[in-house]
Amino acid sequence: MDGEADGTVGMSEDCGPGRRRRVHGMLKLYYGLNEEGKAAEEPESLDPCDINGPHFDPELYLNKLRRECSLAELMDQETCMVKQIRSLDSDMQTLVYENYNKFISATDTIRKMKNDFKKMEDEMDCLSANMAAITEFSASISGTLQDQHTQITKLSGVHTLLRKLQFLFELPARLNKCLELQAYAQAVSSHRRARCVLQQYSHLPSFKGIQDDCHAIMDKLAQELRQKFRDGGSSAKDLSECVELLLQLDEPAEELCDKFLSHARSRLESDLQGLEAEIRPYPSASAVKDASARRLSSTTGAGSLTNNSPKTNTLPSPTSNTDILEFIDRGCNEFVSSLCLVITSYQELFINHAQTGELASKNIPQMANAKLHVFVDDLAARYFSLVERRIQEEKGVGDNSLLVRALDRFHRRLQAVAKLLPGSTVPNKGTEIVIRAATERVKQYLSALQSFYMDSLTDVRQALATPRLSVAGASVAGGGSLLGGPASGRDAPTSLPELLSSLSASILNQIKSVLASVHLFTAKDITFSNKPYFKGEFCSQGVRESLVVSFIKFVCQSSRQFCESAGDKGGSTPPALLLLLSRLCLDYETSTISYILTLTDEQFLVQVQGLIISQMLRKSVETRDWVNTIEPRNVRAVMKRVVEDTTSIDVQVGLLYEEGVRKAHSSDSSKRTFSVYSSSRQQARYAASYTPSAPMDTNLLSNIHKLFSERIDIFSSVEFNKVSVMTGIIKISLKTFLECVRLRTFGRYGLQQIQVDCHYLQMYLWRFVSDENLVHFLLDEIVGSSAHRCLDPAPMEQSVIEVICERG
Amino acid sequence: MEDDAPVIYGLEFQARALTAQTAETDAIRFLVGTQSLKFDNQIHIIDFDDENNIINKNVLLHQAGEIWHIGASPADKAVLTTCYNKSESYCFLLSLAPLSASLFIIDSRVVSCAAVWRMPSDWETGSHESPDDTAHNPQILELLCHLDDSAHGNAACVLWEPMGDGKRVISLADNHALLWDLQESSTQATVSSTATLEGKGQLKFTSGKWSPHHNCSQLATANDTAIRGWDLRTMSQIYCIENAHGQLVHDCKVKFWDVRNVQEPVKTLEEHSHWVWSVRYNHSHDQLVLTASSDSRLILSNMVSISSDEGEDNHQDDKAKEPLKDSVVSTYEEHEDSVYAAEWSSADPWLFASLSYDGRLVINRVPRALKYRILL
Repeated sequence: MDGEADGTVGMSEDCGPGRRRRVHGMLKLYYGLNEEGKAAEEPESLDPCDINGPHFDPELYLNKLRRECSLAELMDQETCMVKQIRSLDSDMQTLVYENYNKFISATDTIRKMKNDFKKMEDEMDCLSANMAAITEFSASISGTLQDQHTQITKLSGVHTLLRKLQFLFELPARLNKCLELQAYAQAVSSHRRARCVLQQYSHLPSFKGIQDDCHAIMDKLAQELRQKFRDGGSSAKDLSECVELLLQLDEPAEELCDKFLSHARSRLESDLQGLEAEIRPYPSASAVKDASARRLSSTTGAGSLTNNSPKTNTLPSPTSNTDILEFIDRGCNEFVSSLCLVITSYQELFINHAQTGELASKNIPQMANAKLHVFVDDLAARYFSLVERRIQEEKGVGDNSLLVRALDRFHRRLQAVAKLLPGSTVPNKGTEIVIRAATERVKQYLSALQSFYMDSLTDVRQALATPRLSVAGASVAGGGSLLGGPASGRDAPTSLPELLSSLSASILNQIKSVLASVHLFTAKDITFSNKPYFKGEFCSQGVRESLVVSFIKFVCQSSRQFCESAGDKGGSTPPALLLLLSRLCLDYETSTISYILTLTDEQFLVQVQGLIISQMLRKSVETRDWVNTIEPRNVRAVMKRVVEDTTSIDVQVGLLYEEGVRKAHSSDSSKRTFSVYSSSRQQARYAASYTPSAPMDTNLLSNIHKLFSERIDIFSSVEFNKVSVMTGIIKISLKTFLECVRLRTFGRYGLQQIQVDCHYLQMYLWRFVSDENLVHFLLDEIVGSSAHRCLDPAPMEQSVIEVICERG
Repeated sequence: MEDDAPVIYGLEFQARALTAQTAETDAIRFLVGTQSLKFDNQIHIIDFDDENNIINKNVLLHQAGEIWHIGASPADKAVLTTCYNKSESYCFLLSLAPLSASLFIIDSRVVSCAAVWRMPSDWETGSHESPDDTAHNPQILELLCHLDDSAHGNAACVLWEPMGDGKRVISLADNHALLWDLQESSTQATVSSTATLEGKGQLKFTSGKWSPHHNCSQLATANDTAIRGWDLRTMSQIYCIENAHGQLVHDCKVKFWDVRNVQEPVKTLEEHSHWVWSVRYNHSHDQLVLTASSDSRLILSNMVSISSDEGEDNHQDDKAKEPLKDSVVSTYEEHEDSVYAAEWSSADPWLFASLSYDGRLVINRVPRALKYRILL
């Protein structure tokens, strides 16, 4: 049926506008199928009624049409088909005609080509005949010229030989003359030209004589040159000429380099000694204070270099010492600049020259370069050690700008060396020194800060202790708890905030001043501040990590010590102090650096507090025989205690921290009241939303996981507000509860007791935390886990639980 | 270099007990014991096909009770020990029923026991033919012998002699450490010696480990916050680290001790944010340490500084390389509940499994970059 429908549609479209293209397609199809149809049947054209298919069966088609169509339709079919046949016929005719035309024109072209090729062949023959004639002629010409050519060559050879001989015989005289005139360069070049020839014919006595003469003369010349070089006083140009000539005379380059360098070294050493002399009689750090005063006096002395060192030696008084800027200045002006000079001339002589001449092949540039590097490194190392020694003496924490400027100058001058000597390690080492000096300075600041902090902390402790003693007698009754009890809570508010503000303010000031002076290191006009180290690492590593962070770490450590001693001795350190310290950490966070550092610390405080409650819960779970417990009638005392402690922590934390943000409660109308019992009735209504009866089935855990597909992070970081701190404490406590429950096995009443306890906790704990769902979730887990671990899980009626909890 | 993704396997029950099949060194195979009070407990034999990243499981029934600890024999693949809880209920008549109208009270008691088991020999063949079938009709473990001594209370864990011939085990029960000799192909167990923890209060061993050094003559145990070392030849205490960990509850630290100097830990790790339940050294490269914690995380650390590899001859060329530092290699967060157990595979030293309470077993590998770093 489908095939037929296709067929009719196809035919009716044939009469449409896109006909021509379609007809071509059909023709192609027709021929193609005629060829292929015999070999490979295509499954889609198997229908014998498909008029375009290869299996078209006219008989079947006709029968089908006759069977299925009305007369009118048959008539239409017929006209349509006739039209189609006609158009196909005309198409075929056109194609045949076109093909015929193309065939005719192709025959014409081939005939024309034949004619053309014949003509070309004749011309080629003629060309090859001509070429043969030309070759013959040229051969005969070269044959006749051959004899004359050899004669001429011979004559010219003789001529050049004679010229050379003449030159040789004249050579000694000429060299002598040059020597007299001090035209060394000319002498050397002449000698060089003759040298190998003489060498070659030295077995002939006459040449031997000449050679000996020359040698004698050249030795003399070399002697003179060496003398000149050794004198050193000659100008750089003379010197370079000297070296060049000596090199050409096969004088060993290494020796020359060594000589040159040792020459330079002696000069530089004297500079270094001058510098060293300045450091040696250095007294103590106290001299820094009146540095500016001394600068005036020492600049006058610094003018004459060599006389200066004995002078300083004889005057060991503090005033004879230059300050660091002065020192570096001198080092730069004398040592570094003459070092630069030496490097330039050396490079000019040995490296650049050698590279152009044939000497380059002998590896001289490399050798010379290596020597230079060793030389420079050696001297620079000495210089650096001096500078470092000097910097180390700069112990005072006082004025930083002088040091920074000195370092800057030092660094800047070394850049010149770096430019001259690209591969050298000198600038790197210099930068290292600067870095070391900077870190050293930072360390000094750190220790100063630490001692300041410890001092102020002792002050605070004393301040805390005094009011404590006065109320000690009154608080004996109520203050037994681990957290210091209500007594400390009562007197804390008067002193804590004040103490805190004064402590943090003073420490903050201290840090700010230190940071300001460290900031000088990275000021824009200082060259080394552009170094990548100072841009990145110094700020992060140097200042942030080693100064601020390690200070804060120190603070943390000391507070941690307090925390741990609190744990061990059972509350010898007041939690108030802990709070104070944590608050302090917060203040640094806001004023200086990123918060990640302090978070860990705050978390620690939370853990300490959380541990106290955790332990209570754990002991309560572990020491009880949960299988055989009796039917619950009361909330266990431990839970009441937990709530009480939580409340007191809440009060204390509230003194120092802001409230913080909580998620919307079911109602916020009831603000916190500190009395647990008065508020209990109020809260019970809201707590009713928590229904622990649902999760009693065995698939509890999986259900919960589905519900809370996002993972509740028990130990997410703590922020600095009361709610967050309290949330942290409660989370840790409840997690402990959960873990302990999982280790036990429960009887029916054990489970019910847990239910009661959890409900009780739920009633009171939700208001401390930022997101009450968290408490719900954890308590659900606890009840769920205990149900899981229960031999006879028969949960208690929700109403009964509520009644028990209401009763308190 | 892309590391392979972790492979996760889920058990129907909650589980705490995990061990590698120690005697099996060809196939990567782990044993997991479930905890359920209401249903028959199971031991899942987890085979990991390293090449295809596929897990095959076989389940054996452990009807005695919920499994708290599991240990595989180092000599015989088919032998294992479990510590399990069983609850006994019985009725008795009360002459004076306090406040209760009923005269009968059902009293029940939970006791922990330990036993040696043998897996049925055809557990493996049965599974391959019809894996679905075994899930429904699991085979049952064959009991070889109980490791119980009525005089010595509740068993906390059973330790096989490492690298031994599978004849000696230690069980920790309340405050006793019992050394057992297994005879007659493990069907008979006799106590050969005991050690008892003495002190104030109710002391109880919580955990222990048999030292593989010194010819396996040392045992380390934990009770409360103290760690004790025992000499098994004389059954006497050789060292004691009091207050090894925080006195309050647990702390979240992993401490490494040198038993020659027990005053201070050699190294302390504080990467976890809740209690650490399990710490395992890699069997062949002891700088790799796995720690499992109830903060739902598993951490793999590279403790180069306390590795026994250091200073060995074949590592001298290492000095040319930049030396590795102690560091956390990676933190695995595939678990959603507390992770109580982690174990290295006994067949592939670069592969480990971890088990969380919700029954999720995760198999991970050491990152390739580190592996090549250690090997080359």
